[in-house]
Amino acid sequence: MSERIEVRKTYKLYVGGKFPRSESGRTYSVADGRGHFVANAAKASRKDARDAVVAARAAFAGWSGATAYNRGQVLYRVAEVMEGRAAQFAEEVAAGEGLSAAKARAAVDAAVDRWVWYAGWTDKLAAVLGGTNPVAGPYFDFSVPEPTGVVAVLAPQRSSLLGLVSALAPVLATGCTAVVVSSYQRPLPAITLSEVLATSDVPGGVANLLTGDAAEIGPWLAEHADVDGIDLTGAGTAAMELERSAAGTLKRVLRAPADEPDWTGDPGLSRMTPFLETKTVWHPMGV
Amino acid sequence: MTHVLDPTAPGRPVAPGAPDAFADVTRSDAAFRAFLHGLPGVDQVGAEARAAQLGTRSIKTTAKAWAIDTAISMVDLTTLEGADTPGRVRSLAAKARRPDPADGSCPQVAAVCVYGDLAGVARDALAGTGIHTAAVATAFPSGRASREVKLADVRDAVANGADEIDMVIDRGAFLSGRYLDVFDEVVAVKEACGDAHLKVILETGELRTYDAVRRASWLAMLAGGDFIKTSTGKVSPAATLPVCLVMLEAVRDFRAATGTQVGVKPAGGIRTTKDAIKHLVMINEVAGPDWLDPVWFRFGASSLLDDLLLQRQKLRTGHYSGPDHVSVV
Repeated sequence: MSERIEVRKTYKLYVGGKFPRSESGRTYSVADGRGHFVANAAKASRKDARDAVVAARAAFAGWSGATAYNRGQVLYRVAEVMEGRAAQFAEEVAAGEGLSAAKARAAVDAAVDRWVWYAGWTDKLAAVLGGTNPVAGPYFDFSVPEPTGVVAVLAPQRSSLLGLVSALAPVLATGCTAVVVSSYQRPLPAITLSEVLATSDVPGGVANLLTGDAAEIGPWLAEHADVDGIDLTGAGTAAMELERSAAGTLKRVLRAPADEPDWTGDPGLSRMTPFLETKTVWHPMGV
Repeated sequence: MTHVLDPTAPGRPVAPGAPDAFADVTRSDAAFRAFLHGLPGVDQVGAEARAAQLGTRSIKTTAKAWAIDTAISMVDLTTLEGADTPGRVRSLAAKARRPDPADGSCPQVAAVCVYGDLAGVARDALAGTGIHTAAVATAFPSGRASREVKLADVRDAVANGADEIDMVIDRGAFLSGRYLDVFDEVVAVKEACGDAHLKVILETGELRTYDAVRRASWLAMLAGGDFIKTSTGKVSPAATLPVCLVMLEAVRDFRAATGTQVGVKPAGGIRTTKDAIKHLVMINEVAGPDWLDPVWFRFGASSLLDDLLLQRQKLRTGHYSGPDHVSVV
């Protein structure tokens, strides 16, 4: 029997619930930690980013309008589907990040747990971050957190799965829709995650994953007038410049940490609160 | 004009717009059918391939800026909803006058297109701007009413202040081969329009074949239509590139044969700047640059203008804009 011919993979982007090629037609080759070819990934252009923002904007009304309970169910479903493909994720994380099989598996487990953790938060945010306000007047006054809109996420460059999930899941949990630019050197877990999102119950356009160079696409997303928030975690040295661009359209900015944090720690609420607006209602009473 | 309503009446007059060369083709039902069916057939695969190929042109930088401004000046800003109100028409007229309130260099649109009863509101709101008031008439969008009602509809719209009338042809009659009935109706409507320009809607989504589109185009042009328009926007598919290609060929051939230039208006389904630019490329390549003018080419659209404005802002500011940055109607 002849030797089996290897399947050479060329992956695509995930935009609006579909898997298009890059508008530019560009791809780049992805190597594992030892420099061996693994697959080709699409190299997204600024127009792909623009299309992704359009898709995210279109999906925003439905996703932010869904009940918090429903969003939690959907995010939990992502964890379920991801658990079923844990072996594939572990292999990609091990190859991309140069981890041992056991450590890669631990990172995948942590990523699945992170989805579950954020899924639990969807219907608790309003209780924790909102509430009634004591005011000196005949009003019932209360505040509720609301999603800010379309959020661009420049995903961590080093932690290709746990870091990615830690950045994406909080955005979706708040009810925002996301345009993610994955790690440039290690895009495979992001590609597989997009396949997971497509086959779980996440509506098309709610999460859009672009593989490509954050240094190239980041400035377009930071300047884009229809992007309401941006997470600069994976921006690297360009972060300061992007912050400045983002100020031009008054975006919510999650600033880049000095160095990529240890993603295994308790995330707290710090990645959700930047992408929430507070709506306060003054309701006349007692008259 | 009662005799025009009766195709069998002797001594039929030549249609007002019909040139001498074709004066006799409408002398009888059989002659007209023979003429229309004698038009060269459309190569469907060829037309679609040519339209697709013309759609691949890359238009960038200064050419794109010119194309966007030209497209804006060709827009018939349209609202044809049952829920239209005078207030909505006035705000549409305000948008037509100054599409981008933040940028005075943005051109005006060509016309505002409304239902006939709101034409007066539109005319008053557009007074002194040079923007035309277009009204749909003849039992738009189905065209299913008696001829008296259709003509009354047209006269009413003109009396209300419309200077452009968008009529629909009787697709039932056309598809069952009663071409002369359709022709007479267009002639009668043209007369009822008086000085108003007449746009003839073929509703190509219901005509099924490109051959039928070509025949309907010639029929409308022979009957004196000033414009041929693809669709009402109420039927899918609406304006497609191959259909527009066939119609542009028809107006080009008609001018070559008679010297009379007729305009083209695709309507419905054109939503993006890219679509609009594809149409502009096609006009230039198929009909010729003479048609690259709001007098001879219009886009019937409502959401297209917003996308054109977003692209215009992108060119001006260097960064992508969003739907929060155009005025809503």
